[in-house]
Amino acid sequence: MDPFWLFLIFPFAAAAAIQLGLKRNARLSAFVSTLSVAATFVLSVVFLGSDNPNSHFNWATTSGFSIQIGLQLDALSRGMMFVVTGVGLLVHVFSLGYMKDDDGKARYFCGLSIFMFSMTGIVLADNFIMMFIFWELVGFSSYLLIGHWFQKDSAADAAKKAFLVNRIGDFGFMIGILMLWGLAGSFVFDSMELPAQGPLLTAAMLLVFCGAVGKSAQFPLHVWLPDAMEGPTPVSALIHAATMVAAGVYMLFRLQFSVGADLFANASGEIIAWIGAGTALLAALMATQQDDIKRVLAYSTLSQLGYMIMAVGLAGHHGLTAGEAGMFHLYTHAWFKALLFLGSGAIIYACHHEQDIWKMGGLAKRMRGTTATFAIATAALIAVPYLVSGFYSKEEILMQTLSHGHVTPLFFVAVFVAFLTPFYMTRLFIVTFLGKPRSHGAEEAREVPTVMLLPLLILAVLSVVAGFKPIAGMFSAMDPRHGHHDGAALVLAASAGTLVAGVLLGFLVYRRRDADPLASNALFKVFRNKFYIDEAYAKVVRFGQDAVAAIAHFFDEFLINGLLVGGLSRGAAGFGNLFRRLQSGNLQGYAILFAIGILLVIYLTVFMTP
Amino acid sequence: MIVLLILIPIAAAIAIMAGAPARPAALGAALLNLVLGAIFALTFTGNPDDGGLTIQILEKPNIHLALGLYDGMSIILMLLTVIVTFAAVLSGRCPEGTERIWFPSTLFIAAGALGAFLSTDLFFFYAFHELALIPTFIMIGMLGRGDRKEAAWKITIYLAFGSIVLLAGLLWLVNAAGADSLLFDDLLASTIPADQQKGIAAFLLVGFGILVSLFPFHSWAAPAYASAPAPVSMLHAGVLKKFGLYGLLRLYPMISEGLQPWLTWLIVLLLGNILWVGFVTINQKRLDLMLGNSSVMHMGYVFLAIAALIAAGSESANPIAKPAAIVLMFAHGVSIALLFGLSDRIERKTGTLELRDLGGLAKSAPSLAFLFGLAGLASIGLPGLANFAGEVLVFLSGFKEFADDPAGGLGPIQVATILSLWGVVISAVYILRAYRRTFQGPVVTATDGARDLTFAERIPAVFLAFFLILPGLYPNTLIQFMAHDAPSAEPPQIVHDADRPPLGIPRWSPGEGSMLTEH
Repeated sequence: MDPFWLFLIFPFAAAAAIQLGLKRNARLSAFVSTLSVAATFVLSVVFLGSDNPNSHFNWATTSGFSIQIGLQLDALSRGMMFVVTGVGLLVHVFSLGYMKDDDGKARYFCGLSIFMFSMTGIVLADNFIMMFIFWELVGFSSYLLIGHWFQKDSAADAAKKAFLVNRIGDFGFMIGILMLWGLAGSFVFDSMELPAQGPLLTAAMLLVFCGAVGKSAQFPLHVWLPDAMEGPTPVSALIHAATMVAAGVYMLFRLQFSVGADLFANASGEIIAWIGAGTALLAALMATQQDDIKRVLAYSTLSQLGYMIMAVGLAGHHGLTAGEAGMFHLYTHAWFKALLFLGSGAIIYACHHEQDIWKMGGLAKRMRGTTATFAIATAALIAVPYLVSGFYSKEEILMQTLSHGHVTPLFFVAVFVAFLTPFYMTRLFIVTFLGKPRSHGAEEAREVPTVMLLPLLILAVLSVVAGFKPIAGMFSAMDPRHGHHDGAALVLAASAGTLVAGVLLGFLVYRRRDADPLASNALFKVFRNKFYIDEAYAKVVRFGQDAVAAIAHFFDEFLINGLLVGGLSRGAAGFGNLFRRLQSGNLQGYAILFAIGILLVIYLTVFMTP
Repeated sequence: MIVLLILIPIAAAIAIMAGAPARPAALGAALLNLVLGAIFALTFTGNPDDGGLTIQILEKPNIHLALGLYDGMSIILMLLTVIVTFAAVLSGRCPEGTERIWFPSTLFIAAGALGAFLSTDLFFFYAFHELALIPTFIMIGMLGRGDRKEAAWKITIYLAFGSIVLLAGLLWLVNAAGADSLLFDDLLASTIPADQQKGIAAFLLVGFGILVSLFPFHSWAAPAYASAPAPVSMLHAGVLKKFGLYGLLRLYPMISEGLQPWLTWLIVLLLGNILWVGFVTINQKRLDLMLGNSSVMHMGYVFLAIAALIAAGSESANPIAKPAAIVLMFAHGVSIALLFGLSDRIERKTGTLELRDLGGLAKSAPSLAFLFGLAGLASIGLPGLANFAGEVLVFLSGFKEFADDPAGGLGPIQVATILSLWGVVISAVYILRAYRRTFQGPVVTATDGARDLTFAERIPAVFLAFFLILPGLYPNTLIQFMAHDAPSAEPPQIVHDADRPPLGIPRWSPGEGSMLTEH
């Protein structure tokens, strides 16, 4: 057996061991789970530079056809494994502190191990069916972890919502996979042939993209991600910021990497790019008016994922480089967004589970380590030039929106998002860390224990250095910086300008405030209420699905049951009255009816067959 | 030897009626059957006559009491029966003083189902199924819950009607085939004139369809399962209902042409199962009715595989369809049996199955919540559990035609597959809603202080769960039983890909599947 099956075996064994017995001992469960992810992290470092053959076995075989489970460790998946296990390890360690006294600690770590198992499967899958299997499992582990505190109605509802919205995406995803199977001649990425362009291919690509819309929370299926913040904060860092939600980007790039960027060279690529850009914009606007620290970060994640999707969609125009830009941003974003979430987790922990930024304030003096690392991550997210990793990847993304050095409509959208990002992050930073404490919890806040601070420090280092060329170069499939770009100066000017403008505006509006001055503004109210999309969907579910269900049930009960087959039943009832005369209760009647039936069978068989 | 599988439960049932200790005797018989069934399945060499039995009962018409493992389909359904029977006998809540009806009836249902799946003669195939129905009706009518008389009456009328339509179809089939005997071997070797196939196919579709709750003949199912004692709903929904699907697949080669004119109808009706009944399921307010309707809905997916088979014209033209149907039948049988068994537990512990009266049960009964969640997720096709393997194969079989000839565009089966895929969303809606209402959220009056499953109660549930997990993680454990089947005259394509050496895990690999494509 090839050693890289251990990637899947370690987390699976940890989850199974916890569920089957270790769960009685929460500390041991946490230890085993953390150990398994540490082992896979070591493995991914070991395999980082090597070149490995694929390995597979038959999973479901019928004559002449087989679904296989196969691992593919190539330039793309090796880099992704490093990110997944790296963030995973740090989040596990952080969780040791964050979830120390939780009643469901063993269950929590079991869920994390199931997640690591599933995510690894997506990354290493060498074919689409296997990817779908783990794709769904990732959704399931996300359901488990969002609903960790299932006795809270809001957490249970959020978990359900996340699962169902992802299922809607997977509905399209599965159709897309089935269609691509026909068009490309295989499920196995390396064996797929680039199909001829045509409407069927466009449809298939858009349907496959539905999977990414669900998992990477793109408009119009973005609604589950902010609600998913009901889960424990380390889960948000791992699953809902760095890894799982990036799976959609990874899947689309896997297709480009293994089959060819020309797959997107039809209308589908254009639509994908616009959906990404639209999500980036909408989410950034919503982020400007959120008061829950995790929700600001959640919308920021949506926005950044929109950037990545946009870049991947542009592969039809720019070839593999565009997708690489998306992957590069995925890779830098993983570190600094995980850091932002873990930082918010540290704050929430220190403020006794307070999440409203308006009830924080003055934390910079009380939590110096957390504040410093949070500041670095913020710098990375708002792309401070040359200093931090986020700058390099965002430059590459903006570069993709140019066409031969000229601006396109997408460029303006992307640049506007680049202005909104520093604005809402400045708001978040000022309100949370500066000024005076606005609640008892914030007053009492103290720096978190070392086990939680250490992952923050490591992530802070990575948030700075990950973008530097020698380091990013180790993940070759994730670094688009080869060759020369037209318009680099234009992009640099635009991003530096928007950065300064955004920070300045945020500073002017939110300096020394105790409440949001924009909250009463009609336009910002729309942002605060997320464009009322959630409300609209709730109405669709109520008046669409539930009403249809009630109507179907009504007709089923009264038409099909009442008239159609009920008539049959009544007719037979008259016949059955004969047997009731035997006064034996109905039951013996049934039995006799059937005994007679069997006799009838024998009679008919004996006398009516030749 | 195989006859033992039928004789043991019958002997135990008679012994119990004669005064033997009821529960131990029933358990012993179920356990013995389980062990024997496993041995027969694992030692099967591919020869249907091994351990079989053929006794001529009548010369004219030529009827045999013929039993044997005809092929992988029979083996898998036999295994399903002994597995669910064991769990059903273990998990029954027998009301005081009814042991001599309760356990013998359960055993008779099992014996009838085994007889139907193991008969290699058409007459006994039919007769054994009828035998199993009688105790089903008795149990619902005498020992059921709620509106049991109404439910018993309805299921009796329905299934009696279905059986009669089926009987007419079978008689026609036998007449038209003109075979030497009613043995499957003889029948399947004969050919039926094309002009008669269409009529026979109609009778068989309706007859078998009613027995499988094909839309719109489905409204007996949910109330019957809700009223039935747990072992009966487990055995009927889990096992006996598969008889109709088994029959269609078994007789398919004889009427493959005659079924084709009915393809459009079948597609419409199976979409009725998946979409219409799916929506009906969403609107259920009681857990047991919800589960009953969901089991009706999931039959639509098996019919989808059968429709793909009919459209392809032969098993060799779509070699995915039949294994897909069988894997899904097995998986559905185990998962619905587990769900019915556990919903019975929920009612015992909380006194209600009304969703609005439940809540927060996971807090006080974590094992119950875990097992119910596992079964529920299995039933909505979560990968890693058996139902997913069946469902994904069904969807693949639906797209086989397109994969073979993408230039032909999307045909009716592909469109049906796409529409059926929406059912995957629908089923997630109702299962997650029910789980949310029952197990999550704050604790309510009914669930306050409800006890978790005891160790003894956990045994049948964990036992069933095992058979969702094992074929779910590695479906070839189940599919391998079909390795001996020869679906086509042409030998299976064998393609070795030198670059991709197979891992040494599978003990067996039929024909070394050709890398997902056979271009």
